[in-house]
Amino acid sequence: MSLVRFIDFLRDRLGLVIKVSIGLLALLVVADIARVVLSHGHEAAAAVGPDLASAPSEVEAAHGFWAHLYHIAETIPVFWSVFGFIACAIIVYVSKWYGHLKVGRTEIMAKEDFYNE
Amino acid sequence: MSDLWIHPSLIFLIGAVLLPLVPQAARKGWLLLVPILAFARIVTMSSGTFGEIHFTKDIALTFGRVDRLSQVFGYIMGLMAIIGTLYGLHVKRAAEHIAAWAYVAGSIGALYAGDFITLFLFWELMAIASTFLIWFRKSERSGAAGYRYLLVHMAGGVALLAGIMLTYRATGSLAFNALDVLNPTAGTWLITIGFMLNAAVPPLHAWLPDAYGEATFNGSVFMCAFTTKTAVYALLRGVPGFQILIPLGVIMALYGVVYAVLENDSRRLLAYHVISQVGYMVAGVGLAKLDTDFGRLAFNGVCAHAFAHILYKGLLFMGCGTVLHQTGESKFTELGGLYKKMPVTFILTLIGGLSISAFPLFSGFVSKSMIVQAGFDSHMLWVGFLLMLASAGTFLHTGLKVPYFIFFGKNNCKPATWEKAKDPVWNMTVAMSIAAFLCIFIGSYTPYLYSKLPLQDVVYNPYNTNHVMETLQILLFTALGFFLMLKKLTPEAKISLDLDIIWRKGGPAFLWLAKKPIQAVDTFVGEIYNAGGLIPLMRTSRLVGIFDSAVIDGIVDGFATGFRNFGARLRGAQRGALQQNLTAAFGLSALLLLAYLFIF
Repeated sequence: MSLVRFIDFLRDRLGLVIKVSIGLLALLVVADIARVVLSHGHEAAAAVGPDLASAPSEVEAAHGFWAHLYHIAETIPVFWSVFGFIACAIIVYVSKWYGHLKVGRTEIMAKEDFYNE
Repeated sequence: MSDLWIHPSLIFLIGAVLLPLVPQAARKGWLLLVPILAFARIVTMSSGTFGEIHFTKDIALTFGRVDRLSQVFGYIMGLMAIIGTLYGLHVKRAAEHIAAWAYVAGSIGALYAGDFITLFLFWELMAIASTFLIWFRKSERSGAAGYRYLLVHMAGGVALLAGIMLTYRATGSLAFNALDVLNPTAGTWLITIGFMLNAAVPPLHAWLPDAYGEATFNGSVFMCAFTTKTAVYALLRGVPGFQILIPLGVIMALYGVVYAVLENDSRRLLAYHVISQVGYMVAGVGLAKLDTDFGRLAFNGVCAHAFAHILYKGLLFMGCGTVLHQTGESKFTELGGLYKKMPVTFILTLIGGLSISAFPLFSGFVSKSMIVQAGFDSHMLWVGFLLMLASAGTFLHTGLKVPYFIFFGKNNCKPATWEKAKDPVWNMTVAMSIAAFLCIFIGSYTPYLYSKLPLQDVVYNPYNTNHVMETLQILLFTALGFFLMLKKLTPEAKISLDLDIIWRKGGPAFLWLAKKPIQAVDTFVGEIYNAGGLIPLMRTSRLVGIFDSAVIDGIVDGFATGFRNFGARLRGAQRGALQQNLTAAFGLSALLLLAYLFIF
């Protein structure tokens, strides 16, 4: 089947596929820098959507972790790239830590026959 | 209303009853005709209140409240019933189709219910009918899982009913409208708990992966669409703007993600992602204060996301169900490299994965972002950020882990599995293709979905530079993380313990509790009997003995035997765990009864 042949074609050139993918990521980063720089003239780059362009003043006045994060998201380019990558790492590591927590005599990740004892 | 008003559920129920009478040659035609007729009925219904029946002098049952909110849910559930039935078209046993249709009828009936009693009736029909979709897998494990599923839902039903009764006593009304969430009464809480159980809100969620992982290959396709989304509808109708739902929804969204990392069974992983996705909707219901702009956006967002979710989740369950159906395996540690044998299934599953991950041009992109946006707009910034975090997790698992470890990755297939693996029969492929087409269509042509949303004055445009750029960055850098951490993400042949441990291991614990005190009393009575030896005491003891053996034993044994026979007949496979389950159930009922008394 041609679909399988196409996938095999790509797999045979895995190195090239990886290089192209990294190139796309780089392009995305450049595009995002351009976006933020270009929109800096307009108040509030509003990385989280159009409605925030009408800048809720309470948010800007607000303090604390989330307000701070929000401010960074609005002003720093490639914030969401970093966010995506860190989110991925947090999810994997926190989940694995959780999976190895002890519950009585077993861990959360238990043997498959746990309930059949 | 003097005109004849045909309820769409009635079409399903009549279709189900007549199905065994339809000759085998016309069976497939009938299977397609009934859901299509019902869908046509849903689409052509005009708004209004229909099907009112006076139950007693002051209680009227309303079977047909048709408005924009019930219609958007009715539309997608009718559509999913067609797709789901088509997917299982080749299943020979009529009973499986009957159960599925009765389940759909329950769900649609709940959507159009105008009062709590009608809602409750259809709610219970849904629970009972869907249990059979688990039992029909006919394995010992699914027998037990179905049993647990039924017990949990009965407990939820009790909470709902108690809430309805309290609300009726307090207000004198049974109408199913928005409750006062600013001053919640005990009745409001109990109703919300009943809804939350069906929506799988932690800590009431553990039934979902337990059941969806064990149901038949097409049973899970129905189940993932109807129970939780009917509950989302009920929450949106009954308690919009209930603040407690915001943190609960966010916890749900993240909870599902954590368990999805650990999960080895593809369908259980998808089930945990149902919890995660419904988390967005539950948070959206909490945000949906209709007197605010963000609340109205959230209200529409919940409907849109439920609509999109039913299709892509159905598609994903169909994809993994196909792998299970063809190979008999659903665990990542028993699969891998299957793209060579099942390329069409791979592509269609991937489309489902991209849709749930909210890639631009796919359905999740235009629906999920409405709720996230509402979170940011509400100034509860943590809601927005944490839901964004969960989005990364969604792509990590459903978009990457599921396709990668089934269709690529290390080939763990046994020779027999590899031999059996091939793309499925035509009807399964067509059903998946329809769902895949709709996922892309919704994502690419927004008016199709947006014109169906209840609040038409809310304007939302997902395709702006910022939103597209932000989404692409999160998703693609999550993908980068996935491939860098591939080793850590390789599934292990383990199961993850969840709160269902309470009723799976709680039975024996309760038995122990019951046994010890009873034994102590028994020993004590024995002591008196031995030591005293007085005639009156003897007489009393004898009377007690007679009472004990004749009355108590009779009642207890009668109940036990009755239940045992009932269970045996229903489950086919009998297992020692039945008594444990029953004990747990009785324990739970006793607790609920106490809670009920306490409230009065």
